[in-house]
Amino acid sequence: MKRFRRHGQESQRERLKQELFQFNKTVEHGFPHQPSALGYSPSLQLLAIGTRSGAIKLYGAPGVEFMGLHDENAAVTQVHFLPQQVELVTLLDDNSLHMWTLKAHTGLSELLEIGRFTLTGPPGAPPSVTRVTAVLAHSSGELLLLGTEGGHVFIVEVPGFRELEERNISLDQVASSVPDNYTCRRNLEHVEALQENPVNPSQVVIGYGRGLMVVWDLKKQRAIQHIPGTQQLESVWWTEDGGYLLSSHNDGSYCRWTMGSKDVDEEDVKSDIPYGHFPCKAISKIVQLSTEEGPPFLLFSGGMPRASYGDRHCITVIHGKTHVALDFTSRIIDFFAIRGGPQHTGDPSALVVLVEEELVVIDLQTEGWPVIQTPYLVPLHSSAITCSHHVSAIPLKLWERVLAAGNMQSTHYSKKPWPITGGQNLGPDPPQRDLLLTGHEDGTVRFWDASGVCLYPSYKLSTAGVFHTDADPNDNMNQGTEGEWPPFRKVGCFDPYSDDPRLGVQKIHLCKYSGYLTVAGTAGQILVLELNDEAAEQTVEAKVVDLLQGQEGFRWKGHTQLDVREEPVLFPPGFQPFALVQCQPPAVVTALTLHSEWKLVAFGTSHGFGLYDYQQKNNVLIKCTLNPSDQLAMEGPLSRVKSIKKSLRQSFRRIRRSRVSLRKHHAGRDLPCISIPHQMEIAPVQRKIEARSSDDSFTGLVRTIYFADTFLADSSHNTPSLWAGTNGGCVFAYMLRLPAAERRADEPVTAQPAKEIQLMHRAPVVGILVLDGHGAPLPEPLEVAHDLARSPDMQGSHHLVVISEEQFKVFGLPKVSAKTKLKLTAMDGSRVRRVGVAWFGSSRSEDYGESGLVVLTNQGDVHVVSLPTVKMQVHYPCVRREDVSGIASCVFTKHGQGFYLISPSEFERFSLSARCLVEPRCLVEAPTDSSTQLTLLFCPPAEVLQEIQKSLEGDHT
Amino acid sequence: MVSLPTQFGAEFRRFSLERSKPGRFDEFYGLLQHVHHIPNVELLVGYADVHGDLLPINNDDNYHKAISTASPLLRLFLQRKEEADYTFGTNSLTRKKNTVLSAVLLRPDATRKKPPVIISLPRDFRPVSSIIDVDILPETHRRVRLYKHGQEKPLGFYIRDGSSVRVTPQGLEKVPGIFISRMVPGGLAESTGLLAVNDEVLEVNGIEVVGKSLDQVTDMMIANSHNLIITVKPANQRNNVVRGGGGGGGGGTASGSSGRSSDSGASYYGYSSHGGVGAAAPAPSHIIQNFPVGELESEEEDDEDLVIEVGGEAESAGRDPADYGMPSLPRYEPHLNLRTPSALSVNGAALASGSSGPPSNANSTTPSPDRAAEMRSLEEDGTVITL
Repeated sequence: MKRFRRHGQESQRERLKQELFQFNKTVEHGFPHQPSALGYSPSLQLLAIGTRSGAIKLYGAPGVEFMGLHDENAAVTQVHFLPQQVELVTLLDDNSLHMWTLKAHTGLSELLEIGRFTLTGPPGAPPSVTRVTAVLAHSSGELLLLGTEGGHVFIVEVPGFRELEERNISLDQVASSVPDNYTCRRNLEHVEALQENPVNPSQVVIGYGRGLMVVWDLKKQRAIQHIPGTQQLESVWWTEDGGYLLSSHNDGSYCRWTMGSKDVDEEDVKSDIPYGHFPCKAISKIVQLSTEEGPPFLLFSGGMPRASYGDRHCITVIHGKTHVALDFTSRIIDFFAIRGGPQHTGDPSALVVLVEEELVVIDLQTEGWPVIQTPYLVPLHSSAITCSHHVSAIPLKLWERVLAAGNMQSTHYSKKPWPITGGQNLGPDPPQRDLLLTGHEDGTVRFWDASGVCLYPSYKLSTAGVFHTDADPNDNMNQGTEGEWPPFRKVGCFDPYSDDPRLGVQKIHLCKYSGYLTVAGTAGQILVLELNDEAAEQTVEAKVVDLLQGQEGFRWKGHTQLDVREEPVLFPPGFQPFALVQCQPPAVVTALTLHSEWKLVAFGTSHGFGLYDYQQKNNVLIKCTLNPSDQLAMEGPLSRVKSIKKSLRQSFRRIRRSRVSLRKHHAGRDLPCISIPHQMEIAPVQRKIEARSSDDSFTGLVRTIYFADTFLADSSHNTPSLWAGTNGGCVFAYMLRLPAAERRADEPVTAQPAKEIQLMHRAPVVGILVLDGHGAPLPEPLEVAHDLARSPDMQGSHHLVVISEEQFKVFGLPKVSAKTKLKLTAMDGSRVRRVGVAWFGSSRSEDYGESGLVVLTNQGDVHVVSLPTVKMQVHYPCVRREDVSGIASCVFTKHGQGFYLISPSEFERFSLSARCLVEPRCLVEAPTDSSTQLTLLFCPPAEVLQEIQKSLEGDHT
Repeated sequence: MVSLPTQFGAEFRRFSLERSKPGRFDEFYGLLQHVHHIPNVELLVGYADVHGDLLPINNDDNYHKAISTASPLLRLFLQRKEEADYTFGTNSLTRKKNTVLSAVLLRPDATRKKPPVIISLPRDFRPVSSIIDVDILPETHRRVRLYKHGQEKPLGFYIRDGSSVRVTPQGLEKVPGIFISRMVPGGLAESTGLLAVNDEVLEVNGIEVVGKSLDQVTDMMIANSHNLIITVKPANQRNNVVRGGGGGGGGGTASGSSGRSSDSGASYYGYSSHGGVGAAAPAPSHIIQNFPVGELESEEEDDEDLVIEVGGEAESAGRDPADYGMPSLPRYEPHLNLRTPSALSVNGAALASGSSGPPSNANSTTPSPDRAAEMRSLEEDGTVITL
């Protein structure tokens, strides 16, 4: 009977788990890694980006996002939307074509692959015959023209990918009609470009690599005009009125050809090398867009003088007398212009440029062509991300102040709304305001609105101003000199070069109630900042903390500490530093926390930890945790790089030596078997099995630091306390005495050592947590004061949870008696890498929820561990175990979501909670007027085609 | 008939019996009590056989057997029942504490030319390694337990990736495996002689390593390093333990399995739930253990953490910290050293002198200090009784 009841409880628990936990990877934030193709549908107003890893991503209005992944692990080289339809075609590196569609299902659209196709040539033909180099999605929406490396054009019916063999345009057909006087008629090379006549869908121009362009009539199946370009062709553009053809070439020139019925003569050509005189690089793409009144826009990429500006990534925009060479931060993948008007044929309104590291949208209608801030696809890695910190449920007041500070920073952006508006975002409004803070290598902290599907930049804080850096403040790269040619203008924000690696931000802690922020960096600097709506000029008072505490025999071999500016510095509105702690030795800060109620900041490095009172600007406590025999801890990151270099050099030398000796052996005795013992000597990868000892390196490194108001000395009086955990499995607890509020500014805060816990298994302590009498984690500082959390239960006994890389242990307080534990590593060999505390709400009942630990292991699995019982609840594979930086970058939210970097520029968002889920929910409908338009456009040709087909079949039979 | 007064209160008697008329066990028992002047003390009686094993004497049969093996000296070991701390069996005769020792001279004229080998009880030796679960493992496998116990000696071995051949229903199959790649000379692993280079590691503390990466297995071993139980398939299959033999696996007794290829699974007795990471079992409880339960418990205690209150006063984070006399100085000593039973200091001295003392003198400490005086008086009239 008893067993039966227990069984019932277990199944009930299983059901509850299903209501609480659910794993989903919901959305990818940031900029796709290694983009390789760009597509745009004016009718859908959707942008598509293909990547080198085979992903295809669609973006419309903010919140409208789709993602697909090709099964093949091949780069996407081209993306083409079928005109007026919801389908798109992708061409991959492996020469396969894929058809994708946006299928509406239960009111939401999904991106699905519906077909794949690879051209098959005649038997025995070389693969180049069918290697696709150019794709044209015909405006009929029914045909796909595929130009190949062999010079053929294959015609395929879509969406079914049916080859229309009899209509293919073979190289022989074209070559036979080429005028005899054309110099390069022997070898036309591959098909470089395919363009449709905007006014006559039955005409297409085929541009061959060697320069020849042929206008082909699809109905009559013959060439109707030859354009004898003689320079290596890069791209072709047919102007809207059908009157001109623009071709861009390898030598940095472009030509404008007047189109007529007869073959073009040399007189009809207007050729230009825009940045000429000296040899120029190729113009890879050229576009000309007419305006209703006034001169057209001419846009082209490349064409820079090879010697002087060959390394620039430029797009030139010429409109009337205005001529600007937009200078991008990385290689240009592709670009297109968005046009106004109901049919998207009006004046160009925006230029959208995809470069390797960011997407830049330029407002072409506002004077000065300012950049429009992107609501998504923001390059997170404009400077490399070094850490991140998530703050859930930001109070409205702080939110508005941060946004206001951010708005003041983005005045140089265009006021125009985001021009890509396809699809409808059907997702509910985010339930709360969340901020994701990322720390960067250049000393900046970026604040992102992480409430919804779009990770929107809201504010950027720079800490570099506090210090003297190597960078010259007058060195402004953005200012082009007057009269410079080409007329460069820097655009984009990707800037991976850091002035000083010591500025790198390593730890961040924001108190959302008080607006206090602390930021710690690579050179042991800890800044305390306060949100101020006004600009202020102030000096930042630096306090040096000697963490070695007189330990002798150590000499820091790493970098020096940063030099603080002693004169007042003008800080813009936003977070302004008012206190600075500099650790000595200036090692990277490895743990940081802030208690805004007590006005204390605690920090740790590989040498020890300290407590700083930011109200009195005083050090309260310094504790050295360094193991006296640990010399490695005195080597800064830079000197370690040196030693790695040294050892690399040595091993290279060794290899060279062994090669030499090998050669000698061979020379001596000409026997190949001599080399076998050499190969055998290569030792396999092996791992040493040894228990951890107190003498291991970096045992003193402080991994986690925590404030708690709990029972440290006796079970009747709770006191403020500070807890620090080290790499060597040691936990230090200090009892803090805070003066009464009215004397807080005068009387000193004191810290008394209270406990030391040495974990037997000596694994690094990665998390410390105190649970109240109900087993719930203690609330954040000021949370109760703001009525946002229940005050903790102080009647029942508190528990201490120590999370090491290997185990979860619960101790009773104040005696620190072992209660329960959960072994992780001993059971499955995985180790805790990241840990957070989260509250999981039930998806079924509004009022039920429980707290748990969320854990990411070095195997890339996420686990939920219950509190206070420390029992494993669920686990899911999340990150590839080889993706070490992805695992290290993971940050958890307080509501069971998380972020980790899937590339330097992208966060994957995932959710473990069944209730709290942020994912794109959007609908894209087929263009409303498409049906009528389509029939009008393609009916007659279709009929004609059928006739031709019939006649052809008749001929054959 | 020598009585050696020892500074440890060890008690030593020598007397002789008639080999042809040994009498009954209860008579002998009474004699022992009489000789030692301990008429009302319950005793455990043991003797050292020719192999040096400590075997019990508790009935007529083994009493007669014991007498028959005397050549000519029969060494008897007496211990108070309530303090009995040794088990009888193979290699079990070790130096011990709290025992009253008798040596029976069957021939009064026998000289002490051949000093007896000192053989200690298990409790005095810290176990270094053991082969366990011989009865449930396939013959081709060996489960080895290494006791790290906070000693200085390193575990001292390395593991590597490799591949092994398994018999599957589909035939032979090459699968990745983890192997011992190197032994550190003088390390614990090498000194046991139970592990060797190229032994395939099948389990770590009862968890199969199949499908786990080298790093995972490394981490598992390190996490279990204080009490590491690894199941291996020895590369050399000639020294396998013969099952059911009960005795030690001698080098000469081949199991006959040397030519056999390995079985299909890691172990055929199948673990039910090793995949369930959710199990919150503090120890890998699903190891089928033939080992004394107390050992497991001690393993649990080994995992206790050291908590130091302000001022360096240390106490174990265990459930009952008062039990352990905790020296306050060595704060960072692996606290296993601090957690030996209360008689540690006395015992340690005995250990030290035991090895350096006269070899003929198997000494022992008195059970308790107050008994020491009594014992001392007994020693004086220690006599040889000739029956």
